[in-house]
Amino acid sequence: MAKALTAATDAGVVFHTRRGFDVCVRFARERALGAAGAVIILVMIFAALVADLFAPFDPLETDYAAMLQGPSSTHWFGTDSFGRDVLSRLIYGSRTALWIGFSSSFMGATVGAVIGVASAYFGGKADLIVQRFMDLLLSFPLIVLALVVVAVLGTGTTNVIFAITVPMLPRCALVVRSSALSLRQMPFVDAARALGFGHRRIIFRHMLPNVMAPYLVMLTAFLGQAILLESSLSFLGLGVTEPTAAWGLMLRGAAVEFAERAPWMAIFPGLAISLSVFAFNLFGDSLRDALDPKLRLS
Amino acid sequence: MQRYILKRLLLMIPTLFGVAVLVFVMLRVAPGDIVELKYAGTGTFAPKEAIERERAQLGLDKPLWHQFISWMWGIARLDFGNSMWTGRPVIHEIAIRLELSLQLALMATIVAVFLSVPLGTLAALKQDTWIDYFVRVFSIAGLAVPSFWLGILIILGFLIFFKWLPPLTFTSFWVDPKANLTQLIWPALAVGYRYSAVATRMTRSAVLEVLREDYVRTARAKGLLEKVVLVRHALKNALLPVITVIGLEFAFLVGGLVVTEQVFNLNGIGMLFVESIAQRDYIMVQTLVLLISFVFIFVNFVVDLVNASLDPRIRYQ
Repeated sequence: MAKALTAATDAGVVFHTRRGFDVCVRFARERALGAAGAVIILVMIFAALVADLFAPFDPLETDYAAMLQGPSSTHWFGTDSFGRDVLSRLIYGSRTALWIGFSSSFMGATVGAVIGVASAYFGGKADLIVQRFMDLLLSFPLIVLALVVVAVLGTGTTNVIFAITVPMLPRCALVVRSSALSLRQMPFVDAARALGFGHRRIIFRHMLPNVMAPYLVMLTAFLGQAILLESSLSFLGLGVTEPTAAWGLMLRGAAVEFAERAPWMAIFPGLAISLSVFAFNLFGDSLRDALDPKLRLS
Repeated sequence: MQRYILKRLLLMIPTLFGVAVLVFVMLRVAPGDIVELKYAGTGTFAPKEAIERERAQLGLDKPLWHQFISWMWGIARLDFGNSMWTGRPVIHEIAIRLELSLQLALMATIVAVFLSVPLGTLAALKQDTWIDYFVRVFSIAGLAVPSFWLGILIILGFLIFFKWLPPLTFTSFWVDPKANLTQLIWPALAVGYRYSAVATRMTRSAVLEVLREDYVRTARAKGLLEKVVLVRHALKNALLPVITVIGLEFAFLVGGLVVTEQVFNLNGIGMLFVESIAQRDYIMVQTLVLLISFVFIFVNFVVDLVNASLDPRIRYQ
């Protein structure tokens, strides 16, 4: 009896993925802008995955005979002050941007969601303490908090991921908590408790799947921001370090110094950043419209 | 109301104290300190006693709780301490840069307001026409273009077409207003575009929402001029969330212009922040973080007050 009930309560909250393909088709048809964003993102992911096949040159290979060359048939987007091929560095840069963007938004949104749900579920003093701490983290501009984390951990790809995750955490926790608060009053949560399930099981299997919509919205909204933040940090020299190919880093130093002689060094990486953030924002906006029931009504 | 204001002001103290503890602990966890960095910079071999002596001079040899209490005690007496790098009072170092950062944030706000309110309202009125699409793409693009890159492009444009480079030193508005404005208008535009994108989106959705309200229909049914309906009935209500967004963005700008200042070579709060982090100037970073979060919390509070005074439905207890 208890077993059957367990299965029933768990099954009731499982997210439906079987209709995934139909949903995608409908999304593309109804939200052209969002679909356009998704296409750009897919192209970027593809470029990042098969960068080795695509890139005409090794992104780290310096060629002092070919320094600061303008766009030509060999170097489509020109070369930088070390004679490295800008196009190849852009393609490999998408790897850096996507890796940092995805992993930091995923960590930020996921840990934030767990904190938000747990905080709403336990309520009382625990909720209050967690909320005060989140408020604390929210009283800094994104980049200031990221810079403080970089000061603690140092530069480099992994540390940058953490530096971007930390300021994302409280933002997601806040949003998820507010939708989890109403979930807590739902009968199925009471049912799960009546069945004697542990806190962990209720939080992870019963409540978290039901905050999927705000979670996904926050996750996609973070992606663009994370890429922007990573490029800002790298531009300041406090993010990804040379010689790794990263868009923000490509804009640093020589790109400004030689801007007049070699404007391609300053133009193309910025375009890459803008285009990818633009794509993620378009996609995220449409996803929010599609998932947010309040907006769907109007 | 007065009691509410007082309560909010007093509540800032525990938050700022939390910020102080957080940043103090985080900085001390970081490896390396300023003395090591100073000697590493000179490239000469430093005797151990010299390093110890310098640490003692800066108070870094004391236990952490002692350092924290003496910092807090200083703040209670409004003495924020001296920069570990230059030895001058941090307040002095910050004051000479705050003027620039505040002015830039204000100018960017003006740019953003003048762009976003008309554009957002227009887009809402002409919903789903090409004007609306243009404004929406313009504002989504504004969120995507990094302001430092826009800054680089602006400088590049001036360099190529006019052979002009941003000046290396900052001219105060009070000394030479024209030179000051020509220097700051470009960074203000670069930052203001992004800022206006946020505000435009908010204006558009707020106006759209208000236009569907009953009182707007009533106003139209009464036969009021569309202009009156729009300005008196719609905009006045729609601007509340816009004011909130503009206030919050302004608060972010005071400390968050880190990258733009770097591009335009402006020696403001952001640049000072990055420098002091690189130099492990604990006292300076701590004070700056406190200042930035104070501005942020304070602006939040002011925004709440402004909203309450504009909207009679909002009452705080």
